[in-house]
Amino acid sequence: MIDFTFTEEQELFRKAAREFAETKIAPKVPEMEETNRGWDDVVSAMAEAEMFAITIPEENGGLGLGYVARLIALEEIGRVSVATAMMLQVFGLGIEPFIKFGTEEQKKKYLPALAKGERLATAAVTEPTGGSDPKGGRTTYKKDGDFYILNGRKCFITNSHIADTLVVLAKDEENPEAFSTFIVEKGMKGFKPTHEEHKVGMRGCNTGELEFKDCKVPAENLIGEKEKGLRVAMSAIGDVGRGGMVGCALGVHTACLEASVKFANERILYGKPISRLQAIQFKLAEMKIDLEAGRLLGYRAAAMQDQGLRSGNEFAVAKYFTTEAAQKAAKMAVDIHGGYGCMEEFPVTRYLRDSFVLGPSAGTSDIMKVIIARWVLS
Amino acid sequence: MLKIVVCVKAVPDPKEADKIKIDPVTKTLPRHDIPLVINPLDRHALEAALQLKERFGANITVLSMGPPAAGNVVKESLALGAEHGILLSDPAFAGADAFATAYTLAKAVEKVGPVDVVFCGMASSDGSTEWVGPEIAAILKLPVVTMVKELVGCEGDTWQVKSKIEDGYRLVQVKLPAVFTVTRELNIPKTLSFSGIIKARSKEITQWGLEDLNLQEDAVGLKGSPTIISNLTSIEIKREVKIIEGTTEEKAERLIQKLSETGVI
Repeated sequence: MIDFTFTEEQELFRKAAREFAETKIAPKVPEMEETNRGWDDVVSAMAEAEMFAITIPEENGGLGLGYVARLIALEEIGRVSVATAMMLQVFGLGIEPFIKFGTEEQKKKYLPALAKGERLATAAVTEPTGGSDPKGGRTTYKKDGDFYILNGRKCFITNSHIADTLVVLAKDEENPEAFSTFIVEKGMKGFKPTHEEHKVGMRGCNTGELEFKDCKVPAENLIGEKEKGLRVAMSAIGDVGRGGMVGCALGVHTACLEASVKFANERILYGKPISRLQAIQFKLAEMKIDLEAGRLLGYRAAAMQDQGLRSGNEFAVAKYFTTEAAQKAAKMAVDIHGGYGCMEEFPVTRYLRDSFVLGPSAGTSDIMKVIIARWVLS
Repeated sequence: MLKIVVCVKAVPDPKEADKIKIDPVTKTLPRHDIPLVINPLDRHALEAALQLKERFGANITVLSMGPPAAGNVVKESLALGAEHGILLSDPAFAGADAFATAYTLAKAVEKVGPVDVVFCGMASSDGSTEWVGPEIAAILKLPVVTMVKELVGCEGDTWQVKSKIEDGYRLVQVKLPAVFTVTRELNIPKTLSFSGIIKARSKEITQWGLEDLNLQEDAVGLKGSPTIISNLTSIEIKREVKIIEGTTEEKAERLIQKLSETGVI
């Protein structure tokens, strides 16, 4: 018999993450929504709550709790503020190259401070000319003595202006087929964050562009094998990035269902709560079915990841399903709220806006289908 | 080093209180799938012990009586920082009222050995009798201070605490060992931490039953409970809306009159 239950310890992780989200993050949400800022406070709160240490191995100053625990944390934080969950999720992309491909020196130098939240990480792959097609990127590197010189631009980067440690994908100036990844640190000459984005949703989650203008990166900051950078970047995006988006989507989806149940039980029409109407019940049932299915897909993939199995394809399925389902759930939640669903006082308007940011992050739904089709046909 | 026992009760999650319905036949509260959590006031009791541990060093034992499923609240208490967890679980303990509960807990405190302090939440969110703490003290022949809202001085073996009373507090000096029941004003409980959960991996939960405590079956559980529940009903609170008309002054006057009539002011 397959055991689909969480362990007692995992249940406690969920409780810890939920308590944290409800007491430390929820009070910040109005400010984040209103100002598209507030990230300093929530990042500090996450550091204090050891959220950045979850997947970092114990020998590198982390908690070594693995990817099911990470998914639990992202789901619970996403239920309260998916903008905050998104910053944590992309932090995961930024540290994964260190965990999987970093040298002992790189792990020792960077991971303990990242685990404590003293430094914030991100990964920079997407460019105006290449996101879904990472080879289309134009950021280049060239060797110059003990340094690499980076030139180019990255866009739609989460944590762009607040990250201290960035893993950047670039291609050889001489050989457009050869990609490598580099550790870039805040304050390095020639590197600066530029334009800040104003997204339709996930307000308060820092997103923007990065510029590299003759940015000098020490040769020891090459992470992973030279000219195997696509593997490093895709490995981070494939499992950790998609897995993280599953957590964000499940969080939004849960929030939509909870808000809808509450509203449907309180709103009286025809002399009774609208939750007694079959039209509303069917919507709630559909939301629940998708949520249960999404959880099974997501946690199965994360459990495989914890066992060291290849899980990229399973995460592609889970990412496609959960992000699409969360958008659908947000639309239904707004529908259930009727006119109130158009009012900013009700959180479902935020969930609807947030849900639209889930799709493109870490690979669009169409790219997920390409990956899944490749898997099916292989 | 202070030796502290904290009594924690597993209660149905108060956030899901609307799901709790009285069984009209058995007059009990079937819990169905409502998760068990630490009684909210007991979190304050545990936090008081944890803060004393930080300041002076202490050895904290958490004591809970309940079905095996209540083990999760003991585990959670260990994750929050208690050293030892004891679950009093035995079919014979089932159906205990406040007195039988206090008796069983008191016997367990005796078995733990000499303790300096017993902390309890002032009341549980389900039964809410406020009797268990004082009854433990009576059975153990210890002094008790109820409704503690502040620990003013707790160096040495004579403590000064503020005990909440209507419209204020009384300052109580008490010699240890003693029992304290605490209110929510006492502290803000810390939330669970991931590293606390990891540390709890190496902490064992001891389970004691009737024989371990050397108790007679008719002294515990339903048989040892003098309380008889003759009836149990739900209270329905109905809201009523009344629109007060008139100028602002008239509305204010009528509102004051209405509030005085209903006894609110």
